Amino acid sequence: MAKNTRILMAKPGLDGHDRGAKYIARALKDHGYEVIYTGIRQTPESIVQTALQEDVDFVGLSLLSGAHNELFPKIVELLRENEAEDITVFGGGVIPEQDIPVLKEKGIKAVFTPGTPIDEVVEFIEEHTKK
Amino acid sequence: MLDKIIDGNIRAVSRAISLVENDGRDKEALIDQLYPNCGSAVVWGVTGPPGAGKSTLVDKLIKRERAQDHKVAVIAVDPSSPFSGGAILGDRLRMQRHATDPNVFIRSMASRGHLGGVAGATSDAIKVFDAAGFDVIIIETIGVGQTEVEIIEISDIVLLVLVPGMGDEIQALKAGVMEIGDIFIVNKKDHHGADKLKAEVEYVLNLKDTKNSERNPVVMTNANLDEGIQKLHESIYEYLETIKNNQQLKANRKKRLVSEIKNILTAKMVEQFSNYVDINQEIKKWSEQVYNGQIRPYQLINDKIQSFIKELQKNDIEN
Repeated sequence: MAKNTRILMAKPGLDGHDRGAKYIARALKDHGYEVIYTGIRQTPESIVQTALQEDVDFVGLSLLSGAHNELFPKIVELLRENEAEDITVFGGGVIPEQDIPVLKEKGIKAVFTPGTPIDEVVEFIEEHTKK
Repeated sequence: MLDKIIDGNIRAVSRAISLVENDGRDKEALIDQLYPNCGSAVVWGVTGPPGAGKSTLVDKLIKRERAQDHKVAVIAVDPSSPFSGGAILGDRLRMQRHATDPNVFIRSMASRGHLGGVAGATSDAIKVFDAAGFDVIIIETIGVGQTEVEIIEISDIVLLVLVPGMGDEIQALKAGVMEIGDIFIVNKKDHHGADKLKAEVEYVLNLKDTKNSERNPVVMTNANLDEGIQKLHESIYEYLETIKNNQQLKANRKKRLVSEIKNILTAKMVEQFSNYVDINQEIKKWSEQVYNGQIRPYQLINDKIQSFIKELQKNDIEN
């Protein structure tokens, strides 16, 4: 049995719009990944604890409330505090172009905005999967 | 790694479970090393059809267990796609309130093609949690139909979650899943037909030849509203007490070892045989031969195994 790539799809913050997260979860499942889905309104702490317990390779964050500049880096920081900086974090949602370089600087490896073809996400996962 | 697991370090436990899931090289040594530290945890199996409310019920049971200051581990199994091999593991969604409790460890597990309602790695993952000092390990199976009964082989007590609307008492009378419950739960008790279901289950249990004191409890719950859970929790402990006193628990655990050892033996024999022939490669050729009528299936496999045994004997003599 080969190692299966495990991905946590999580929604931090207070917005309840989870269609995007569900779409990505479903598409990643169809590409052969094991996707753990936590549902809406998660705190950075609960997302990080979940990532640790589930031993995931990736954490995908979806957020449409505008709080990404606070919450995304907070999750990267908490992972680092728990010696889990090897987990790759990516994000998506309604995120203004000018925020993306800032988020990347803070350790979010990729940001996918609405309209991104799913192949781009899969390519990213493949590229960052530890062989 | 071993010390960290026994210490209950989250990352060590988590990685050990990945190791057994991925059937990693060091898996066998790890499990054997953990073995002396196993045996103190009580394993609860929670099973039932899809959408019966298993995860919600587990969430509420975790709450009761935490109130007693028990350390709780959960293994929640969901199916892998037969097409892509991927999976959506969504059981913990209902239990996320416990995510930041350091004494609750929830792990989602994909079935990865394993039939029987759990994953192939579930029983080894139980050992990791057991050695890590968890008092209670709850296994939530995939949503089951009539035959996925492997949960009885890995748990001390089975909670069978039923919901109204699944047919008449003949369904309850049938062999398979309906036989494996130690405690029967009629969840969604506010739904139409819940009382009737309870009566049917009790009717079928009455046909069972057991002493009154050991009769399987039937508990009605509404997990969503946290109704009936206290009673269920008490029933679990009463039942555990009963099977401890009548030696059934001990007998069950011994029976479990029989099937565990049998499984290891079977897996190891297939592995040995795979070292001799690349099954994945050869099986296509074999099926082609059977398809073309060149050979019959039993004859083919018997021949292959005979030549495998001869090969082993030859090696023995040479060594």
